[in-house]
Amino acid sequence: MSSGEKREDTDGAVNGGQHIYFPLNGGDFSDAGAGSKSLRCELAALGVPAQLIRRAAICSFEAEINVIIHAVAGSLRYSIEGETLTITVTDMGPGIKDVGLAMKEGYTTAPVWAREFGWGSGMGLPNIKKNADALSIDSVPGEGTTLEITINLKTPQLNARQE
Amino acid sequence: MTVRELIDRLDMDMRNNGNTEAVINGCYASDMLSDVLANGKEGNIWITRQTHPNVAAVAAIKGLAGIIVTGGKQIDAETLEKAEAEFIPVMSTSLQTYEMVGMVYNLLLKNEVR
Repeated sequence: MSSGEKREDTDGAVNGGQHIYFPLNGGDFSDAGAGSKSLRCELAALGVPAQLIRRAAICSFEAEINVIIHAVAGSLRYSIEGETLTITVTDMGPGIKDVGLAMKEGYTTAPVWAREFGWGSGMGLPNIKKNADALSIDSVPGEGTTLEITINLKTPQLNARQE
Repeated sequence: MTVRELIDRLDMDMRNNGNTEAVINGCYASDMLSDVLANGKEGNIWITRQTHPNVAAVAAIKGLAGIIVTGGKQIDAETLEKAEAEFIPVMSTSLQTYEMVGMVYNLLLKNEVR
């Protein structure tokens, strides 16, 4: 299966919801955004306000880009259960040695080729944290990283964050 | 001011079939994509030297009014297509970012939108 194709599986889904799954290939920016675009369309179809869609899309797109920059391969998965959107991005990458440092705006370990594409400014994880209602990072150096991003789809007061 | 009005007044070329009736409420200039994701505002026109397809995704996520690529850079066909699919107009100019930003700034100031 090539990167960017959508796969649906109901394994573990609650309330009949579906987990939507997108594979990601390291070093290949061309398919970046497929998962985020699917997510945007899905949320728009559910009538979610534009500002919330924007926050969700920023989180998922930054997370996709991180996998492409740092890992050999990974995946993005999202599910909507009730009023909670969960985006899980997992990779077989080098892991994050110091999560505290990685959360600091401007700190980056991105290679030169990524910076030439306009990425690697050290704003990815801070952007995700700023736009998510909750972010958990589970990383093992040498093995990989899993990000779990949660967005409450009924929190209009948080929309102001993006204003 | 709409994208169409901006094109009429400045030295740049339309490169796809985006929505040129989109109203511009300000401008953001940056070549760092996470910076635009963080600080660009819905309705802004984006001035950049980046040309690869991620640019279209960033503009779509932020609801930007359009993209102006400076320095006469060749724009990837995929970028133009992806932007068009999101109704986002892409323009190119041989002017450098500094010059284009100055002109857009003056035009938007005169139109009292920022």
